[in-house]
Amino acid sequence: MGLKQNLHKLKEKYKGTKMAPAFNALHTFLYTPNETTHSGSHVRVVDDLKRTMNTVIMALVPCLLFGIFNAGYQHYAAIDNSLRLDPVANFFTMDNFLMGCITVLPLVIVSYGVGLLVEFIFAIIKKHEVEEGYLVTGMLVPLIVPVDIPLWMLAVAVIFGVVIGKEVFGGTGMNILNPALTIRAFLFFAYPTWMSGDKVWVHGAKEMAAQPDAISGETILGSLAQNSEPIYSTWDMFWGFIPGSVGETSTFLILIGALFLIFTKIGSWRIILSTVLGAIAMGLIFNGVVNAGWIGEGSKFYGLMSETWWHHLIIGGFAFGAVYMATDPVTASQTNKGKWIYGFLIGFLGIMIRVFNPAYPEGIMLAILLMNVFAPTIDHYVVQGNIKRRMKRFKVKTA
Amino acid sequence: MGLLSKKDSKLILDPLADNNPITIQVLGICSALAITAQLKASIVMAVSVIVVLGVGNVVISLMRNIIPSKIRIIVQLVIVAALVIMVDQVLKAFAYELSKQLSVFIGLIITNCIIMGRFEAFALGNNPWRSFLDGIGNAAGYGLILVIVGFFRELLGSGTLLGFKVLGDPIEQTGLYSIGYENNGFMLLSPMALIVIGLIIWVQRARNKDLIEE
Repeated sequence: MGLKQNLHKLKEKYKGTKMAPAFNALHTFLYTPNETTHSGSHVRVVDDLKRTMNTVIMALVPCLLFGIFNAGYQHYAAIDNSLRLDPVANFFTMDNFLMGCITVLPLVIVSYGVGLLVEFIFAIIKKHEVEEGYLVTGMLVPLIVPVDIPLWMLAVAVIFGVVIGKEVFGGTGMNILNPALTIRAFLFFAYPTWMSGDKVWVHGAKEMAAQPDAISGETILGSLAQNSEPIYSTWDMFWGFIPGSVGETSTFLILIGALFLIFTKIGSWRIILSTVLGAIAMGLIFNGVVNAGWIGEGSKFYGLMSETWWHHLIIGGFAFGAVYMATDPVTASQTNKGKWIYGFLIGFLGIMIRVFNPAYPEGIMLAILLMNVFAPTIDHYVVQGNIKRRMKRFKVKTA
Repeated sequence: MGLLSKKDSKLILDPLADNNPITIQVLGICSALAITAQLKASIVMAVSVIVVLGVGNVVISLMRNIIPSKIRIIVQLVIVAALVIMVDQVLKAFAYELSKQLSVFIGLIITNCIIMGRFEAFALGNNPWRSFLDGIGNAAGYGLILVIVGFFRELLGSGTLLGFKVLGDPIEQTGLYSIGYENNGFMLLSPMALIVIGLIIWVQRARNKDLIEE
């Protein structure tokens, strides 16, 4: 008897008991449900919640793999700077991979373990089926935190994010805020020493800080906020050979992920495109301000403001946020016109916060959370506007 | 309670739980968010409100038959303002540091909705003794939530209680900090106070289903 039959048996055994949701969830996660409808007319769609979630996870796998290599690469390159001369040759090595696995995989395990545990507990208490909602969140979380974040902090944040960010609103599909970003925002405000600065982005940097051979891995945004030139080339930024949160460094892979999501119609191209447009608009405004001479080199905003406008698209978490976070179908605007406004404001505000708030050198997280809150309002006005226009047309016709 | 009749003790006990000014009536939230980062400040605030509301209710109740109803709000304001200034002066004289820390929030007790609400809803129509009990009860209900929120925020945010280190260092063997524990800075920010109050409301309504509104 295989696993499938065993699961079926267990499922029958626990049917109607408290534990039923737990077994049902395990079963649907691994196999197609055995109680599908056989007759009658039904609308059949393949892109159910499970399929949607799996597609996003597939789009995230390259980022995770790259993040694993990058975690190792940044660690070794910080110790031996000569490795940086030829990143391509020194990147995909076994050493980097092993080091990356040691540091990144625990984050993935904790994220999924704790998050699914909370989901199971809530499903059993509230007597509903376990929803697949956490599958994507659990994958996103390890990709947007610094590599050395203590695991217990991650666990606390995941509990907070899933309970306060999602379950109190009624579970999957009811949440106002993106749960993964709620988790990151919690970490950010609760434990700022582990989430910003120049010691958290490279594995081992914090422990070695007190020693003579201390290593440092400042992010590009971090050095720009201090008005110093970053040491990385533009191509490094694009390919992703730079320090940063685990999975967000490679703009190239994120771009591939974006194309994949747009092609499978899971992610909204309107949101991605308008977010990029918003960021470009803000970047151009800042460049214009610098060129007009309104901001001198002495200003503390000079470093970030004078950064070439299109550089903003490839540094920091902008690309990752625009592609994987802003497009979350639950928390984004639902109407097409609303999506344009929503995305544009995310890009616009994201770059603005990034520049004007050097204490939190990343604005895209706060911008997306802010726009998540406003998304229903945007939709409301778009719908109302539509109704008004149609009423007008209706009156003209009947008059 | 032998001292109080059943009806009277209800006046005190009801606002503590099932008719709590903060969690049920959702009044007085502003000060609950602003000054609860430390337990000591919460306790002082709670005591101040108990004094102001207890005395104020009695005064209003004594005057209830001679206040012309057209100008009753302004009379109430004068009375609260006088009481609040007295409390503020006492704090400045005997606990200067604390009064600096509470800053405007003692003065802002005047605008605390709970106080005017109890004057209007209760003291104007009841005798001094019952008004006194009602005032104490409501202020204590408010204070209780303040103390609970202050307890969690100070414990988790600063690792101290009333200024004494609780987590970690003083008890070397159980030192949490040495194994990597860190204080949660989010707890010291006001948004977390709102979330803690939300959690209290959640727990309260989960225990007593009658409180859930449609």
